[in-house]
Amino acid sequence: MKHLILTTAALALSAGFALADGHGKTVRMGTEGAYAPYNFINDAGEIDGFERELGDEMCKRAELTCEWVKNDWDSIIPNLVGGNYDTIMAGMSITDERDEVIDFTQDYYPPTASTYVATSEGVDLEGGVIAAQTATIQAGYVAESGATLVEFATPEETVAAVRNGEADAVFADRDYLVPLVEESGGELMFVGDDVPLGGGVGMGLRESDTDLKTKFDAAITSMKEDGTLNAMLDKWFGEGTGTY
Amino acid sequence: MSKANRSGHWPKLSDKLTKSRDPARCQPLNRDTTIYNYCSDPDALEGVKWLSCYLTTGVHFQFYNAFVKVLLLLAVTAPVALSFGFAGATAARSRFLPLSWLGRGYIAVVRGVPDIAFFLFFVIALDQMFEYVRHVALCPDWEDPIRQGADFIVCQQAKLPLSSAREWVHETYAFALAVFTFAIVFGAFAANVLFGAMQAVPHAQLETAEAYGMSPRQTFWRVLVPQMWVFALPGLSNLWQILIKATPLLFLLGIEDVVYWARELGSTKTARFSDYPHGDWRMWYFLALLVFYLVMTWGSERLLNRIGARLSYGQATAGGEAMRKGAAL
Repeated sequence: MKHLILTTAALALSAGFALADGHGKTVRMGTEGAYAPYNFINDAGEIDGFERELGDEMCKRAELTCEWVKNDWDSIIPNLVGGNYDTIMAGMSITDERDEVIDFTQDYYPPTASTYVATSEGVDLEGGVIAAQTATIQAGYVAESGATLVEFATPEETVAAVRNGEADAVFADRDYLVPLVEESGGELMFVGDDVPLGGGVGMGLRESDTDLKTKFDAAITSMKEDGTLNAMLDKWFGEGTGTY
Repeated sequence: MSKANRSGHWPKLSDKLTKSRDPARCQPLNRDTTIYNYCSDPDALEGVKWLSCYLTTGVHFQFYNAFVKVLLLLAVTAPVALSFGFAGATAARSRFLPLSWLGRGYIAVVRGVPDIAFFLFFVIALDQMFEYVRHVALCPDWEDPIRQGADFIVCQQAKLPLSSAREWVHETYAFALAVFTFAIVFGAFAANVLFGAMQAVPHAQLETAEAYGMSPRQTFWRVLVPQMWVFALPGLSNLWQILIKATPLLFLLGIEDVVYWARELGSTKTARFSDYPHGDWRMWYFLALLVFYLVMTWGSERLLNRIGARLSYGQATAGGEAMRKGAAL
C-alpha cells in the first residue's frame, strides 16, 4: 500500500512537471515599442499596435498565456537567443541572414514596400546621405546602393536626422513613414519609387523552439483563412493592405 | 485643414480600438488614466490645461516612476558598494598573503576594465551562471545540450525568474543584477580609495595603540577606521558624484530608466496613435534630465561638504587643525 501511494505521488509529481513544461508556461513576447503602427507605447504606457492585437489573438488561438516585453531593437535577437523572452514581433522582416540565427513563422504581413522620405524633391538617392535604422534590411539596402549610410538605433532618430539636415533622406518601411509624412504639414515628402524588400514580416523564435513555432504557425494559418488577419491589416495599415 | 480630418483618410485608431477590443480584457484607456475630468477631450484643450493632462497620462507616470528607480539604485548601490570597498581594502592590506592578493586582484581587475564592457559582460554572465547552476540542480535528467548553436537553453524550472512570473518580477530581477554589478564596479574604486585612506592614517597613531597593548583587531577598529574616513571622504565624494552620473547606464542594461522614457516620450507622436500629438520633443525631455542630475549632484556636494567638516573636527589633519585654530580665535 505504501509503495502504491509513493508511486502515485511520483506519477502525480512527474505529471506536474510535464504540465509545467507545456501549459503552465507563459510565452514572453518581445517587441520594440517604437515602430507605429506595428508596435508602440500608447498614452497609457502600454504596448499597443498591430502586432499587439495580432499577438494577443494568436496566443488565444494557440491557447497560450502570453506576456509582452519591451527590448531595444539593437539587442532584440541576442536577447531572444539568450532566453530573456520567447518570441519577437517587432515588424521584423524575414531575411536569410536572420534565418541563420533564429527561426521565423510564416509571414503575417506580406513583403513590405520601403521608401525614401526627404524634405525636398530632387534628392540624390544614389550618392547622397541616407539615414536608416541599424541592423534593418533598409540599412543593408542603402549600404549596397552606393549612397552614404548613416545608421541610428531608433526609427525616431532616422527621421530626426532628415528634419535637421544631417541626412538627405530616410529609408524605412513605408507604413512607418506614412503617418509622419501626413502630419508633417508638407515638411516631409516621399521621394523616389517604392522598393520591395524582405520576405514579409514574421514572428521570430529560437531555432530550438519547434513546438512553439508549429503552434503559432497554425494560429496564423487559421487567421488567414477566416479573414481576421486581413481585417486587422486593413484596420492598422489602411484599406487594401490585407491581401491574404 | 480642419482638426477633424487632420489625420487625412486614416480613421483615428483610438476610437476604433475602443469598439473592437474585447471589453473583458480591455486595458483602461488613456483618457481614463488621467486624473483630471476635463482631460476626456485633449484636442479641445490649450495651454496649461492641455499640459496638465499631457503630463498626467499613464505613460508619464512610468517616466516619473523611473526617477524613483534611479534614486532607489543610488540608495541601494552606495552602501553595498561601500561595504564591497571596505572588504576589498581590508583584504588588500591583510597580512595573510592569498587574501591580500584577492583584494588587490579585485581592485586591479575591475578598475582596469571599461565600465561598459564590464556591465554588458557581467550582467549576461551572471544571469546565465545562475540559470546554469539551477539547471544542474533542478533538472538532473535533462539530456539536451545547454548551448544549441547560439541558443542558451535551460529547463523551464531553472529559468530565472520563471517564465510564468509576473513582469514586475522580471524587472526586479534585472534591476537587482544591475545593482549588484554597479556595486562591484564602484566597490573596486571605493576599495582603492579606502586602501589609500588607511595608509594615510599617521603610523605613529597605530604604534601608540600597539604600545598601549591593543590587539591588531582593536587597533584596526578603534584607531585606524575612525581616523581614515576623513582621508577617504574626498575620494568617496568623487565616486558618489560619478555614481550619480553613471545611473543612465541602467538604460544600457535594458532597464527602463529615465533616459529610456525621455527618449520614448520625446519622440514624435502622431494623432493616429496618441491623443497628445507632438513633434520631436526629445530636447525638452533631456533638458529635464539635465536639470534633475544637476540638482542631484549640487545637493549632494553641499551635503558632503557638511560631512567633511564634521569628520575633520578634532582630527590631526590640516582641516582639523584649521578648525581648532578657528575656534580658538
